[in-house]
Amino acid sequence: MANNNNTPRLGQKTVGQKILTFLGNNSVPIMFILICAYCIPASGFSAGYLLNEIVTRLGRNAFLILSLLIPIMAGMGLNFGMTLGAMAGQIALIFVADWQIWGIPGLILAAILSIPFSVGLGVFIGKILNKAKGREMITSYMIAFFMTGIYQLVVLYMMGSIIPIKHASIKLPRGYGIRNTVSLLQMRQSLDNLLSFTVGGVKIPVLTLILIALACLFIVWFRKTKLGQDMRAVGQDMEVARDAGINVERTRVIAMVMSTVFAGFGMIIYLQNVGNFPTYTAHSQIGMFCIAALLVGGASVDKASIGNVFLGVILFHTMFIVAPKTGAAITGDSMIGEYFRVFVSYAVITVALVLYEAKKRKAKSAAGAQLAAEQAAEEEA
Amino acid sequence: MEKKNEKGMLRRAVDSYGIPRLIITGFLMSMFVLAPFAGVDLWTQFTNVINRFSWNAVLVLAMVPMIHSGCGLNMGLPLAIISGLLGATLSIELGFTGPMSFFMAMLLATPFAILLGAAYGWLLNRIKGGEMMVATYVGFSAVSFMCMMWMLLPYKSPTMVWGFAGKGLRTTISLEGFYDKALANFLTIDLNRFGINLVIPTGSLLFFAFLAFLVWAFLHTKTGTAMTAVGSNPAFAKAAGINIDKTRMLSVILSTWLGAVGILIYEQGFGFVQLYMAPFNMALPAVAAILIGGASVNKASITNVIIGTFLYQGLVTMTPTVMNSMIHMDMSEVIRVIVSNGMIVYALTRKTEGGK
Repeated sequence: MANNNNTPRLGQKTVGQKILTFLGNNSVPIMFILICAYCIPASGFSAGYLLNEIVTRLGRNAFLILSLLIPIMAGMGLNFGMTLGAMAGQIALIFVADWQIWGIPGLILAAILSIPFSVGLGVFIGKILNKAKGREMITSYMIAFFMTGIYQLVVLYMMGSIIPIKHASIKLPRGYGIRNTVSLLQMRQSLDNLLSFTVGGVKIPVLTLILIALACLFIVWFRKTKLGQDMRAVGQDMEVARDAGINVERTRVIAMVMSTVFAGFGMIIYLQNVGNFPTYTAHSQIGMFCIAALLVGGASVDKASIGNVFLGVILFHTMFIVAPKTGAAITGDSMIGEYFRVFVSYAVITVALVLYEAKKRKAKSAAGAQLAAEQAAEEEA
Repeated sequence: MEKKNEKGMLRRAVDSYGIPRLIITGFLMSMFVLAPFAGVDLWTQFTNVINRFSWNAVLVLAMVPMIHSGCGLNMGLPLAIISGLLGATLSIELGFTGPMSFFMAMLLATPFAILLGAAYGWLLNRIKGGEMMVATYVGFSAVSFMCMMWMLLPYKSPTMVWGFAGKGLRTTISLEGFYDKALANFLTIDLNRFGINLVIPTGSLLFFAFLAFLVWAFLHTKTGTAMTAVGSNPAFAKAAGINIDKTRMLSVILSTWLGAVGILIYEQGFGFVQLYMAPFNMALPAVAAILIGGASVNKASITNVIIGTFLYQGLVTMTPTVMNSMIHMDMSEVIRVIVSNGMIVYALTRKTEGGK
């Protein structure tokens, strides 16, 4: 009888607790929903325009953000080195633009061409990260800066002088180096426009979305394979995984290679949508915005799902679209809105990093306390 | 037999100096040797290097306390720079001019540095082991937050706000009439009248020497030794009864204050206050400089600061001029990016002794 009375009350309490923990775990997305709810009416954009922008940006960014999931699974944190994949994609696009192969064939060729670059760069970054276990994020962050230098060296000085570039339209007038902007006008949105249709003013890029869906399916499938399971084991605990006979170093390098290849494809999809790219700066902000979007979607440094990617893209880019206009409406200066969105991107990453590190420390000290308690119990016995 | 030993010694010497540092030193030396052949006046180059050394040395010095207490490389330097900028703008706003404004800027920056440093230190104590990544983004968030603040804060001084709007600070503020060259003009040695193009900003160098001496002396006091102990072996420090969190926070506050003073010294040499996104990219050169000087993620000395700043600034100033006149191709920016960031990656992959 007493039991019967107790159970529903207990159940109710857990529901209340559940709501609280749900709120606690999803504080970042909820905060963003509130920001968007406030900013959207203040910005005065029409629903159709907003929806169209969001769908465009979803198609543009989702593939890039998906590339972040695999290193998180392998316990390597947020892959700031996805910038390297973006560079590989850009180099492939430069070649394709030089050979004047446009449209879908050009995109496919660029994707194939980017693979060797991505694999090479992925192995490079994976090997270095194996030497910097425990501080993968800061190291991958610095590698991205380092490789930007190498990328500049190759594109600005070697292309045209050592690496043959024949077309004058993308070469600098001095005879070597690539112009500041590479135009992809002839393949602009060729992927998005194929099979696309318009519903009430909202263009839906079906083929791009199909590719994104395929990437999602691949990740879902990959998690179930032997290699995917190994990766999760490595992510949980490297030492345990090693004892279980998993080649930890190799698994981590593979995770980075996959992420880099994905990022390369993602960058090609991104750039075909935009239609041109600033040769020397296109990749530099990509990593930061993708990571911020993923975190806004409710991911953390050690846990991210496909759902986080989509929620993140929608929330983050809604904020991005409406912030300048809202800032102008409130303070009379659109620059405030511009700075506000930059601030929010950085603040979200900061908060997520702090929460993750604090949690890690807490878990560590809890494990230590447990060990001490066990030892004390042993001594008593 | 003896020859073999000698070889071993050479090997050991190279290892202790570090191969990347050897390459950079060699490169810089070759720049100095090549300079006269390239038709570049060596003394002008020396003046440039020494000048830039005097601007940047204190910013690099700001790395030392945090490295000592095990907080890693101070990627959050922009936070310190912001407290310096607050001091600088407030000093001008309050109407101070001449060298007095420099002194007041330092004084006014101090409470901000202590406050921000304490908050920053408190945060870093919550996340031991992940300091550098969090610090990077704390710096970025602070800079972008202040971008909004520079526009919104009610500054009035006509030398600083946009002329037509009458509000919002300008992106660059000239220090003419304020503390432009306030230190550099003190006891300047100018050899131009002997036909040598050499100008030494003695005042700035003396001020750096003074601060470096203070840091050195502090690290040899009881508190300073405790700081080193916390950085090199936290378990031992705890057993010895040192309050780890308090010591770490002190080091962060000290680093932040040094960074704030560092940016003021940079400004007095450069002649301008740069606001908005300018502090964004100021952490990496300072970090790279101290690493090139031979510091590691958890070990740094004043010598590292001096050698590192000299090598890094030498690289930055020498490469463009010498290369430009030799091969008519300016690759200096690319070289700078590769060298400085490559050095940081290299340092991060080194195994470090001591726990976290």
